[in-house]
Amino acid sequence: MTALRHKRKMSGDVFVLNLIAYTFCGLVALLCLVPFIIIVSSSLSSEEAVLQNGFSLLPQDFSLQAYETVFREPMVVFRAYATTILLTLAGTVLGLLLQTMTAYVLSRKAFTWRHAFSFFFYFTTLFSGGLVPYYLLITTTLHLRDNYLALLLPLLFSVYNLLIMKSYIMGIPDSLIEAAKIDGCGEFRILFQIVVPLIKPALATVGLFIALAYWNDWYNAMLYIKDENKYPLQYFLYQQINDIEAYKKLISSGNVSSSVISSVSLPTQTLKMALTVVVTGPIVLAYPFVQKYFVQGITIGAVKE
Amino acid sequence: MKGNRVKGFFKKFYLYRVFLVMLLPAVLYTLIFSYYPMTGIVLAFKKYNYNGGIWGSPWNGLENFEFFFSSGQAGLVTRNTVLYNIVFIILNAVVQIAVAILLTELTSKVYRKVTQSLMFLPYFISWVIVGIMAFNIFSSDYGFMNNIITALGGEKVLFYTTPEIWPFIIVFFNLWKNIGYGSVMYLAAIMGIDTSIYEAATIDGANVFQRIFHVTIPMIMPTTVILLLLSVGGIFKGNFDLFYNLVGSNGLLYNLTDVIDTLTFRALISSNNFGMASAIGLYQSLLCFITVVAVNKLVSLYDKDYTLF
Repeated sequence: MTALRHKRKMSGDVFVLNLIAYTFCGLVALLCLVPFIIIVSSSLSSEEAVLQNGFSLLPQDFSLQAYETVFREPMVVFRAYATTILLTLAGTVLGLLLQTMTAYVLSRKAFTWRHAFSFFFYFTTLFSGGLVPYYLLITTTLHLRDNYLALLLPLLFSVYNLLIMKSYIMGIPDSLIEAAKIDGCGEFRILFQIVVPLIKPALATVGLFIALAYWNDWYNAMLYIKDENKYPLQYFLYQQINDIEAYKKLISSGNVSSSVISSVSLPTQTLKMALTVVVTGPIVLAYPFVQKYFVQGITIGAVKE
Repeated sequence: MKGNRVKGFFKKFYLYRVFLVMLLPAVLYTLIFSYYPMTGIVLAFKKYNYNGGIWGSPWNGLENFEFFFSSGQAGLVTRNTVLYNIVFIILNAVVQIAVAILLTELTSKVYRKVTQSLMFLPYFISWVIVGIMAFNIFSSDYGFMNNIITALGGEKVLFYTTPEIWPFIIVFFNLWKNIGYGSVMYLAAIMGIDTSIYEAATIDGANVFQRIFHVTIPMIMPTTVILLLLSVGGIFKGNFDLFYNLVGSNGLLYNLTDVIDTLTFRALISSNNFGMASAIGLYQSLLCFITVVAVNKLVSLYDKDYTLF
């Protein structure tokens, strides 16, 4: 298409379309960026300026006070970070193993029961018991309240990822697997020595989907974790923000004795923003590098096997 | 005959033993975390107590459902869930298609890469952070929006106590979070269009707009229809993360922002009403099941290759 356009002189319609395309895409991209800018700028502002003028696009009265407050007790943030990093690592490795192994079997034509098993997994996306039975399973049947397993297990396996993985593995020529079979390779060896090296892009894509789900999970923590020391990052942030808001209300309603108020030169609004930056930073920095794997995954997911 | 079949089954079972070992973890997982909870729907017909648990609690017939439906909440949350989803589905599709088409028209590769990457950014953050962003923008005291409004000489708007505004805010953030992610699918469809069709259209004297409306859009229609139908399957599912993080426990806004999932959550966690929470859950599961089956039927009429089962 571009080649075609170069041949022609830039005619009126092309110019108008270019104008629309550049403006529209630019505006949408800007809209996507603005909320991030507001957070970063506010986190770098002084508390007084934000209380006076509200949140803005540029830092007002540049100050690092909010970050100093966040890192006054660095262990609290680091603990939440460590929890999330370990959960993400464990969940991604185990999840990939589980999903790859299952997808491999379901894609093997020699396994004539594969359709029945595929339906066994697929049916769970059609009907579910709902929140309550699941909640009771985790809390009363498995006794996982305040246990890291309550954060690890719910996200370990997803039929959607299984389907992506399966359609990748189906792309491997059958003859390759049959040849290995004839050479006397066992199924586990075929999977780990022949299939896995061939589906590295799929492992990256599905692995990143799983990792992102763990990194951004707050819901399971809200349901099953009461112990503050076990909060993962996102729920830690959620709780901190709520605590700060509650604290602020307490002060403004005059229910806090004056001695406490005097010690409250603590930033609140900027502190919230600094916390958010600290929590979001790594993912925003990492995303340019991982974006292409997500794009692959989405397009593969659309082509259902 | 029957003996043969049983024998055949065991023979295959033996033949497939390695496959079955490989499947075992996922099968066990699915049995425990998906199928076992399905039996828990009996709770919808019980008066739950902690000692009795799922199986020992006494039955109470349809009382949980009666409570849910007679309180008027059933109608409210169902209406909200469906209306929000309809708007989400249509608006997301229109904007994502527009973005995909215009992105492919950009002549500068760098500009395209940068804008597309920025549009993808919201997909990577959690809804908790989206909730914080919404507060930054719409907070009545410090919000960015009120800054703009007052700078233009207007009166501050108390967004968090004005329910009518929230449908727009919720729709906006849903659109915002999915714009980059969703447009990728349409981009792929556009890339798949045979360029000779465009050449033919140009030779026939079509201008760029005619090419978009008479070639690009009709050519990506199959993808669009499939994606739309598939999303219709989830029309009774409320996005809990979205609604809970934007609205939270702000009861003032419930009339226009409460969806089935947030109500279920409150019934379970805030009021500990296990019976009613299960009743709502079962109601939703059944509605979802029926729509997915119906949608699948429609998809199969449209194009057999895309049916889900």
